[in-house]
Amino acid sequence: MGETRKISLTVNGKSYEEEVEVRFHLADFLRQKLGLTGTHLGCEHGVCGACTILMNGKSVRSCLMLAVQADGQELTTIEGIAPSEDEMHPLQEAFRDNHGLQCGFCTPGMLTTLLEFLEDNPDPSEEEVRIAISGNLCRCTGYQGIVAAALDAAQRLRDAKGV
Amino acid sequence: MSGWKVFGSLEKRLEDPSLLRGVGRFLDDIQVSGMLHAAFVRSPHSHARILHIDSNSALTIEGVRAVYTLDDLRPYLNNKRLVVGLPSPSYKQELDRPALADKEVVYVGEPIAIVVAESRYLAEDAAAIVNIEYEILPAVSDCRLAVEKSSILAHTQSPHNILAQFDMRYGEVESTFDNASYIFKENIWQHRGGSHSIECRGAVSFYEPTEDLVTLYSSTQSAHTAKNILIDMLGFDENKVRVIIPDVGGGFGPKLVFYQEDVSVVLAAMILGKPVKWVEDRREHFISTTQERDQFWEVEIAVDGEGQILGLRGSMVHDHGAYTARGINLAFNSALIVSLPYKVPCYFLEVLLAVTNKVPVTPVRGAGHPQGIFVMERLLDRVARELGIDRAEIRRKNLIKSDQMPFKKELETRGGSPVILDSGDYLSCMEQALEKVGYRDFSVRKEKALKEGKYVGLGFANYVKGTGRGPFETVKVKVGTSGKILVYSGAAAMGQSTRTMLSQIVADFLGGDVENINVITGDSSAVPIGIGGSASRQTVTAGSSALLAAKEVRNKLLKVAATLLEVSEEDLEINGRQINVKGVNEIKMDIGEVAHAVAGTPGYALPPGFEPGMESTKNFIVDDLTFVNGTVAVEV
Repeated sequence: MGETRKISLTVNGKSYEEEVEVRFHLADFLRQKLGLTGTHLGCEHGVCGACTILMNGKSVRSCLMLAVQADGQELTTIEGIAPSEDEMHPLQEAFRDNHGLQCGFCTPGMLTTLLEFLEDNPDPSEEEVRIAISGNLCRCTGYQGIVAAALDAAQRLRDAKGV
Repeated sequence: MSGWKVFGSLEKRLEDPSLLRGVGRFLDDIQVSGMLHAAFVRSPHSHARILHIDSNSALTIEGVRAVYTLDDLRPYLNNKRLVVGLPSPSYKQELDRPALADKEVVYVGEPIAIVVAESRYLAEDAAAIVNIEYEILPAVSDCRLAVEKSSILAHTQSPHNILAQFDMRYGEVESTFDNASYIFKENIWQHRGGSHSIECRGAVSFYEPTEDLVTLYSSTQSAHTAKNILIDMLGFDENKVRVIIPDVGGGFGPKLVFYQEDVSVVLAAMILGKPVKWVEDRREHFISTTQERDQFWEVEIAVDGEGQILGLRGSMVHDHGAYTARGINLAFNSALIVSLPYKVPCYFLEVLLAVTNKVPVTPVRGAGHPQGIFVMERLLDRVARELGIDRAEIRRKNLIKSDQMPFKKELETRGGSPVILDSGDYLSCMEQALEKVGYRDFSVRKEKALKEGKYVGLGFANYVKGTGRGPFETVKVKVGTSGKILVYSGAAAMGQSTRTMLSQIVADFLGGDVENINVITGDSSAVPIGIGGSASRQTVTAGSSALLAAKEVRNKLLKVAATLLEVSEEDLEINGRQINVKGVNEIKMDIGEVAHAVAGTPGYALPPGFEPGMESTKNFIVDDLTFVNGTVAVEV
């Protein structure tokens, strides 16, 4: 094992303190050390977007960051999106209702990317949604269902806020 | 049966909740205690002789457990090659992949050695310093050059670079072309592509001495194929190998293939007595996962002055890559499909499969079919342009019309069954697509865009493709004594909602509650034989078997329940887990209780006239393909 360093961070509201090899990338840390395997690795060079997570509410590629760079930060992964065991987030519901996924491998990155996007832009156009997910590759759906799900989720979130 | 109908009504996918919550179980999510990690040393050369492999420095890295080459694996191999090719009389040579490279590497990315270490990081460190001395050999990368007599050989031990040769023909080709008003010729080069499922390939294997059982988790599209190849290569008894497919992040064809890495990971786990995991990275996927599409076509179309097709002829060279990882099926599919939607009175295509120093070629999303369709559509566009006929009009003239069906093509599938286009309305399909894409007003948009300095184009294509490839897919439907319905199949799921599909079909016969159904696919221990996911086949084959099996289980459930409740079976219905007399909720039984009655108690007789068990295993057998059609239109 190479050089290690101790980091502390919050993931999905839970605090962790871990000794980590300095060369470990963040996605491997989340998956292997914390057992949060919902974050997927599709390319490990920042192209496919499957490993996207939220750091302090902003989307980052967890394959392009070292775990040590997340020291002191607050992270959200796909496991932390649903409000409870029995309930899903409106974005997750919308994905299910609009066939926004098939194999589900790109889904963690789609959800985290869109979570941030819909926060910034609660009433997006179809084109804006397409631009927002342009850094996330899906090989199954042809994106139609994903775009429909994003627009549907935006509506649901607006309705919930009474906007 | 009751009023509900699950199949055909919109159901939410059963697969989604775990995938949306990030608790699916993909290959790389599997953790086994004491697991080691593998990386592969791959050829950086497209063609070279391996003179010497030195793994001494690699082995000095702390945490590195082993570096194995083919020589190390050889003692454990019953057959050192992966025999996977589909049968065909057209082969001119056999080129099965070795478990790891054997003295000569024939494509960039070919695995030479497996490195096993305590982490993937360490395995990659070590793989980078395995020192291999090569004698670089000349390589052939262009399939057109490969088939020439004087070509460089892709394998030094081969007599030539021709893997297979066949032709397809019907009708009076010579005389038709001799007398045709117009003949147009096209040379069409179709380039290579990869599948790029977002999840790369992977394997986890471990050996359990207590059971003397080798388990392989693989992101494959066919558990049973993988198992059969392992049995062949390792010389194991059938009950000593189990292959399980976890959630798969897209298959698209290449995961149908059994790879060198699969058998190497299994052997490394056996030799070391430790679980071993290997997960392909994207760079490896680019150079070691099978690919598709390189084809060079020289084709001629003969037409009359009105644009009516008289015949089609030509030749095609198909780049097979360096080894046979599937067979001749791609080139065969390409050749078979060319003319399908149209009336083409005569046809001749000469096909050569060329061996090159490139990644082996296997099905990728369409298995050769898109290439053939592309050729036909390009030829029709050419005819339209040359004769000044509208592109849609030339297709209207030549499409097979619905009143001409069933239309028998003078062609046969690879299994020898006839090509019969039994139904469809190709013309109306095309008209609908053109309507939707706004074909009529395209010239207006084109002109307007041009004024704004933009170029727009509109293309469209018609296709007819065989689906539902047989011969079968086994399904076992069982009602457990717990009341749970279990559905076992050799089918494999990689994102096409297989679980939802089978649950819906079974639910229609057994209570209508999809939540009470467990579907077990992609496990070689679930049913004895299986084929797996490819060629748009699983709903046709597994779905039909599921229907037959569910029907039989339903009949037995009702018969046994009728005996136990002392009522007539016609009066019974199944609702969820409950069997009751129609409209009389008081006279009822749980389906688990009914299953229990035929599960057997030592020394006590079964209900009179019944065989033991509440289950049925069915194999819906189908040899013919179902030909579907479609039109694709796009404006760019």
